[in-house]
Amino acid sequence: MEILTQAWPWYVAGPLIAINMAVLIYFGKRFGLSSNFRTMCSIAGAGKLAEFFRFDWKKDIWNLMVILGAVIGGFLVSEYLKSDELMDLNPEVVAELKGFGIKNPGEALAPVELFSLDQLFTLKGFILMVIGGFLVGFGTRWAGGCTSGHAISGLSDLQLPSLIAVIGFFVGGIITTYFLLPIILNL
Amino acid sequence: MKLIKFLLVGVWMGVIFSKSEIISWFRIYEMFKFKSFHMYGVIGSAVILGIIFIQLIKSSKMKSIQGEEISIAGKDKGWKRYLFGGTVFGLGWALTGACPGPMYTLFGSGFTSFLIVIFSAAVGTFVYGLLKNKLPH
Repeated sequence: MEILTQAWPWYVAGPLIAINMAVLIYFGKRFGLSSNFRTMCSIAGAGKLAEFFRFDWKKDIWNLMVILGAVIGGFLVSEYLKSDELMDLNPEVVAELKGFGIKNPGEALAPVELFSLDQLFTLKGFILMVIGGFLVGFGTRWAGGCTSGHAISGLSDLQLPSLIAVIGFFVGGIITTYFLLPIILNL
Repeated sequence: MKLIKFLLVGVWMGVIFSKSEIISWFRIYEMFKFKSFHMYGVIGSAVILGIIFIQLIKSSKMKSIQGEEISIAGKDKGWKRYLFGGTVFGLGWALTGACPGPMYTLFGSGFTSFLIVIFSAAVGTFVYGLLKNKLPH
């Protein structure tokens, strides 16, 4: 049981993700977790406004099942397999984040001070959750995929476009982490 | 059964995401600060094994569960959409600390606020759909 409740190391998680990708290919699908947003827009009737959403979304119900499963998986871990230990973060990172007012870095998966519902009505919370989410949804469709579609599936298939996308992920992530977050977290 | 198998894949994925902490805002922050090997190890080992799997699938002409030939379509050529779209995605990834799949797992883990993040991402995709023809690809 202890092996299950402890945090899983990278050399366990990485191969399991690769197996997951192979299983989806065997099921005749692809490992990509961002297409569900387009499917939901289409179900909500966005096809009336843009051609991009006019497609047979019934064929994409499988990706809604995958993300429903991803919700259940998160629930199961938090209920039954949760580790009681703090995450094993780099001490320099912990010190830095404490300086931004995050009291106990690594206590939960996300900083509770920033990602709670009441934070939504603060400028900080709005930027992190609403603007952040918007950029993820906009960027992933523009790039034609996310971490699973490009960084895992695309690179595994030696696709140059995916490498360019991953470089983009890092350009954006570095800009946010080094330049924007220090301002946002001090708001 | 057709759809249940995808639900099970999703559950298993959510468990991996959550137990390996790759859906953690803290891990993403650490990654972009280059202060931990964890995320690089996860993605790197997944890709190395993934390359082997895909080569095997292609060379063995393996059939899918429905008995059809598996063909893995390459990505469209070009670079603009990948670089620009990827950068926008990265800006958001470092803010939310979660990519599209993990957002759902975080919601399931009890972070109700991620429902708002998911909704915002859907709005982002909607706005992309409206502007698609005006953006460089």
